Amino acid sequence: MTDFEPVQLEALLADFEETRESLIPLLQEVQTQYCYLPEFALRRIASKLSVSLTDVYQVATFYSCFSLVPVGKHVVQVCLGTACHVRGAPRVLDRMLRDLKLGTPGTTQDMQFTVRSVRCVGCCGLAPVVRVDNNTHPNMTQAKVRGMLKKYRSKEDRPAGEADEVDDAEARVHS
Amino acid sequence: MPKLESIPDLEQLREVCLQSRDVNRPCLTVCAGSGCTASGAHDVIAGLKQNLEKLGLAQTIDVKSTGCHGFCEKGPVMIVWPDGIFYNRVTPRDAAAIVASATNGRKPVEKLLYQDPQTGERVLHENDVPFYARQQRVLFGNNGRIDPRQIEDYLRVGGYKALARVLGGIPGETIVEEIKKSGLRGRGGAGFPTGVKWEALRANPATPKFIICNADEGDPGAFMDRSLLEGNPHSIIEGMIIGACALGASTGFVYVRAEYPLAVEHLRVALRQAEEIGLLGENILGTGFKFRIKVVQGAGAFVCGEETALIASIEGRVGEPRPRPPFPVQSGLWGKPTIINNVKTWASVPHIINRGADWYAGIGTERSKGTMVFSLVGKINNTGLVEVPMGITLREMIYTIGGGIPKGRQLKAVQIGGPSGGCIPSSLIDLPIDYEELTKAGSMMGSGGMVVMDESTCMVDVARYFMEFLEEESCGKCFPCREGTQRLREILDRICAGKGKEEDLALLDDLGWVMKETSLCGLGQTAANPVLTTLRYFKDEYLAHIREHRCPAKVCKELIVYSIEPAVCDGCHACVQVCATEAILGEKKKVHEIDEGKCIKCGACLEVCQPKAVLVS
Repeated sequence: MTDFEPVQLEALLADFEETRESLIPLLQEVQTQYCYLPEFALRRIASKLSVSLTDVYQVATFYSCFSLVPVGKHVVQVCLGTACHVRGAPRVLDRMLRDLKLGTPGTTQDMQFTVRSVRCVGCCGLAPVVRVDNNTHPNMTQAKVRGMLKKYRSKEDRPAGEADEVDDAEARVHS
Repeated sequence: MPKLESIPDLEQLREVCLQSRDVNRPCLTVCAGSGCTASGAHDVIAGLKQNLEKLGLAQTIDVKSTGCHGFCEKGPVMIVWPDGIFYNRVTPRDAAAIVASATNGRKPVEKLLYQDPQTGERVLHENDVPFYARQQRVLFGNNGRIDPRQIEDYLRVGGYKALARVLGGIPGETIVEEIKKSGLRGRGGAGFPTGVKWEALRANPATPKFIICNADEGDPGAFMDRSLLEGNPHSIIEGMIIGACALGASTGFVYVRAEYPLAVEHLRVALRQAEEIGLLGENILGTGFKFRIKVVQGAGAFVCGEETALIASIEGRVGEPRPRPPFPVQSGLWGKPTIINNVKTWASVPHIINRGADWYAGIGTERSKGTMVFSLVGKINNTGLVEVPMGITLREMIYTIGGGIPKGRQLKAVQIGGPSGGCIPSSLIDLPIDYEELTKAGSMMGSGGMVVMDESTCMVDVARYFMEFLEEESCGKCFPCREGTQRLREILDRICAGKGKEEDLALLDDLGWVMKETSLCGLGQTAANPVLTTLRYFKDEYLAHIREHRCPAKVCKELIVYSIEPAVCDGCHACVQVCATEAILGEKKKVHEIDEGKCIKCGACLEVCQPKAVLVS
């Protein structure tokens, strides 16, 4: 995640036509660059496209790919599509939230992970699946959750004393 | 590549492409669709390339990454040409053996061949694998043969031939007539006759006209549109150009889900290539016809699959549907006449032009023509994408193609058509699958998602799952859908928790029918289908939850208890390690016990217990 810089926004705005149709692609671009939609950007986009701020907020809150708050370093998408659901995805999600000490999907306090549930990433043949950033983890089980998260948590950010014993449990499942 | 100035130029380019490749030259084609990629296809590709380079064969044997072959369960899958040897579950460690076999006498690598689970026999070719044998892959046939990033590959398999014929002088009305005669119906779900829609657009004198490809594949459990976009984007583009030519449109849009990054990327590459050689843009093939296609990415709203909501989204507004009429063919994008067809509908068009309406109409049933693509997923042995003629029975789908239900369990139901569809019970196993039969059974074709459920799936929980999904995705514009989905979900929550009442069933039914009759768009009108069909076919299961406070499938948490069978427990401690709440007591090598008070019924112990000592009751 990069800190938000107004200069970059201006460069980005220059690539889009000043029409209403540019609103969603523009918000998507800002979301991609900054991982969320800062208020400053929403205001600037509204004036640039001559769309009311209310309208911009309406669109930004209607579509699920937009976030008005910063997200964590890694975005974890737990697929809750039908195929994943019948193969146990809700239990994987529960375990994920529990391990990350989150009550509901959201961002961990240390800003390492943002957990989201998504409906179908289109890998139904390998259900249940979890996508972390751009990697898809097939055939997930509860036992694999902690080991998987650990791989993404950068070494310096790991809580002291987190040992490797979790991998034992994972190995057992595969044996 | 130079810009093509005429139709003969295109044929000449095709000739050049065909000449430039020796058909007998060995080629290793690896599926790099989203499924196989998740299973490690790119490591396999890297491994193959490395081995070829090591042996100095990089110039004599090609490695090609293709789109989805459909057999996700056995991924990564690959084919060794020219012999057509089919390998499954390939790992990078197998790369050396594959390369050696491709060079030395071509004896296949035995252990990578598909093994028939019944006979134990190894199968050499893709088409002899039972999963593929009963399929008729019209749309997906080329997925395993072409590199989606190479327009040359598409030209080699006869791509843009139909477009050349159309531009060569087939009048618009003849094309529309041909599409009508073929019996092609909208593959997005509702099944409206495509030719009739096209005719209505042609009849509208207003200009400009727009055409849209609906690739907002939002149904959970369906991924065929994604796989076609990833694997053969030019077939969709060709269909759209033909449509534009027949209908007099100069601008087209592909509205694709942002959740499908690879599909978006391949589509963009394909559009750029088509533009470069002059198949898109001004004066296409020197005929004076001009047409452009823009890509619009969805922003995560299921309702945008509905055509008026999709139009609103392209216009930069929230994706809320509006009442029809006026239909988009009368007043669509920016108030102009607009056609919206699904990905598979567009991709069917070149095939119909090439092989004729009679050929297409010869496939399928009386009123449902052609092939349909299903994603066969859930509790089934062979998961993946399946393309079959309309009218195939559920039995063939599940047992012949799908290889039956895993772990020797019994089939309970098949959920067809996504959240708008319904659950077909196992008693209707001989139902021929076409638009009419599915509707009669209370379901619908929908996008072709086919989720198989066995005895360990709770039908009340499934209904609740869909309602939770639809409650989240309802845009909130009309009352019946906004409130209806919420109330249905609340009632189902109650039943799943063992707190339901018998009169709830009548209420569910009533509410469902009111939503059907009064909702504004297709989402709300079909939202109750999962509830209504499960009520119709699985009432006993609802009653077990209500009267006996029992979940027969042992899914609903509030109604089950976990315990350990002392006679079976070997004290391996795996469950203790995985338990999230320290609810399992007992030392290593001694019999364990579950503390019911602490147990959150997450089922983690059940997953890891090898001797199967964990019981659910």
